[in-house]
Amino acid sequence: MIPELGYGAAIVALGLALWGALAAALGARTGRPALVLSAQHAALGVFALVTACLALLMYAFLTFDFSVRYVATNTNLGTPFYYRITGVWGALEGSIILWTWMLALYTLIVILRHRESARELYPWVLTVMLGVLAFFLLVITVAAPPFARLHPVPADGHGLNPLLEDTGMITHPVALYLGFTGLTVPFAFAMAALITGRVGDAWLTMTRRWTIVAWYFLSLGLLIGGWWSYHVLGWGGYWAWDPVENAAFMPWLTATAFLHSVMIQERRRMLQLWNLALVIMTFGLTLFGTFLTRSGVIASVHAFTQGTIGAFFLGFLTLVLLTALGLLAWRWDALGAQGALDSVVSRESAFLLNNVMLVAAAFTVFFGTVFPLLSEALRGVKVSVGAPFFNQVNVPLFLGLIFLMGVGPLIAWRRASVDNLRRNFLGPVLTGVAAAAFFFALGVHSALAVLTLALTVFVAATIALDFARATRVRARMGEPLLPAMGGLLRRHNRRYGGFVVHLGVLIIAVGVTGSQAWSVQTETTLGRGESTELAGYRVRFEDLAASEESNHFKVAGAFTVSDGRVLGVLRPAKKFYPQEQSPIAYVDYRLGLREDIYLVLGDFARDGSRATVKLQVNRLVSWIWIGGLVLTAGAGLAILPETKRTA
Amino acid sequence: MRAKFVVGGAVIALALTYMIYAGVTQSAVYFVTPAELRASAVAGKAYRLGGMVLLGSLRWEPRTLDLHFTLGDGTAIVPVRHKGTPPDLFGEGRGAVVEGTWSADGYFRASLILAKHSEEYKAPHGASQAGYKELLRTLKGEGR
Repeated sequence: MIPELGYGAAIVALGLALWGALAAALGARTGRPALVLSAQHAALGVFALVTACLALLMYAFLTFDFSVRYVATNTNLGTPFYYRITGVWGALEGSIILWTWMLALYTLIVILRHRESARELYPWVLTVMLGVLAFFLLVITVAAPPFARLHPVPADGHGLNPLLEDTGMITHPVALYLGFTGLTVPFAFAMAALITGRVGDAWLTMTRRWTIVAWYFLSLGLLIGGWWSYHVLGWGGYWAWDPVENAAFMPWLTATAFLHSVMIQERRRMLQLWNLALVIMTFGLTLFGTFLTRSGVIASVHAFTQGTIGAFFLGFLTLVLLTALGLLAWRWDALGAQGALDSVVSRESAFLLNNVMLVAAAFTVFFGTVFPLLSEALRGVKVSVGAPFFNQVNVPLFLGLIFLMGVGPLIAWRRASVDNLRRNFLGPVLTGVAAAAFFFALGVHSALAVLTLALTVFVAATIALDFARATRVRARMGEPLLPAMGGLLRRHNRRYGGFVVHLGVLIIAVGVTGSQAWSVQTETTLGRGESTELAGYRVRFEDLAASEESNHFKVAGAFTVSDGRVLGVLRPAKKFYPQEQSPIAYVDYRLGLREDIYLVLGDFARDGSRATVKLQVNRLVSWIWIGGLVLTAGAGLAILPETKRTA
Repeated sequence: MRAKFVVGGAVIALALTYMIYAGVTQSAVYFVTPAELRASAVAGKAYRLGGMVLLGSLRWEPRTLDLHFTLGDGTAIVPVRHKGTPPDLFGEGRGAVVEGTWSADGYFRASLILAKHSEEYKAPHGASQAGYKELLRTLKGEGR
């Protein structure tokens, strides 16, 4: 009964979404507010029904309703309560429901916030949001129905993919999807602007915070994903240029470009066409990412034809892109730039270059990700490019971006005079050069590491300079120092939020540099009581212990770690899930600001007499997570409503 | 003014094209089956070799971390050598993809093993359960 209810709710929601999209469009064309109101009600109905769908699926998970195929595949009687909830979005069908629910939620908030303020754009925004919702509801009802029944009903389910039994599984997909779906809002506004011909700044001003919100969640999702990879997957890394990661990274890059180019349009009335193109590209990439990761096309071009989901997404993506490009062409004449670039040495060109580099990075990631598919489809040979390709091409781009991060916010608009350059950059450049010399003297001889660290110091110095100057101005007006700083952050929260995000990126860059340049590892087999050494640490194998958990068996080794004095006992393990053919590694680690000690249990003798262990000393990795916190805090600051200046 | 930006854009585009081209030629890895590798193996070239780990071919020496096995695809077989613990999903009778180079001495030197996850739906709590119980017993009994 429950599954039928859920299925029914989805079908009704689909009908409502289609009607709402149509009604809003008709309302806009004919100028009849009743139609727009009806569309609004339809959107509320869609939200209620999709909420019901999600709740029903969750109920099916909690009550072990194995007559539902999706439940039977992703849970079993041993699955702990907590993971029965997160299991709802543990695979394709449920994650599409979560996605749709978030999209409906965003639509609701758009209605609440903009139904009065955006009279002209609003009906069309509603049309686009509901249109996208209709597509996802179509996927739920036709292509990937989460409520499909299973005959005969099994006594027990298969169980959740054990790698997903992690606290990161509640936050990671939720954050990522909030980011993905949030990007629909600026897209809807951009489409509305094109349809109504109001391609000026109104849509930008209204979507600015929406984009930062989506960007905040997308960043958070990527960071949690990195953390999950680091502490669950057991290879000691946080980023592998895996297609799934790239799928989320590409829209992040273009959204980042958009956040910057918006400022140019606001200030100089330039880049209108470019901004619209970026929004369309970003939304297209979220769809493409879902297509890429959910259609099986990554495994092989031919796998994609096996399911309908790939065809659905590819079809919708094509429709979206053709419509958007058609609208762009239609409004081409209205999109001419009003401002013009005055000089190569100006804030405009720094931002422009930043955009070019971000989009170039997105393109190379795109190229590297689809390269195997292209090669298989065109030449019939499967060729892949791995992490070396992505690193080789992206590292120069990222270094360039870090440099611009220092230049952009301080260089003058229009044309920077020699005096402006000297005033803003002489100090930071000298600091950067001094830092390079310092790190070199300290024994850092990798040119790449020295360059990255020097650039980081340079950018940090520009931020410090700007902040110190602004504080001094306020302090001179009689404000005490700390309130002056606080007031600055609050009053100019967008600008200083941006600076805090930049600081976060710098800290992450240090973490990445350190982990890439100085991490060491070894792999060895130890008998009981034997020890191995790495980078000043001694790791002694004490013994093995087995235990029975609610849904798996666990074999854990005990390893004493010391660096002269005993630091603690690490217990990396292997978890044996009955439904899986192979054990799952469970890493154990000791995190530190300077370095992490990271242990992975490999093979072991059943009598506990020996264990093979991989020992890694990963340098500065913690700074990636710290930088992530700083970055998200900065984005949070930028989201806060701007306060009107009172003085 | 415009000319400067056109030139700048062209320089960036060219640099990017070159970087991508160089990146692809340097890091492209060809995916081959054992039969394809046997037909045209170039020593020292990077391949991704995919096949089935033949039953009875697996030899694992914990002390030296030497892992030897044979990958087959029904028509040809390739001996593979690797240094390191076999990954979790790796085992005889299962698919595996290894990355590495062909050695002139007649074997494939794998630097990385990517085990393939079989997607088949297995009856839960089936025969494998007994194996785990036994494992647990031996560990609890003699491991103390």
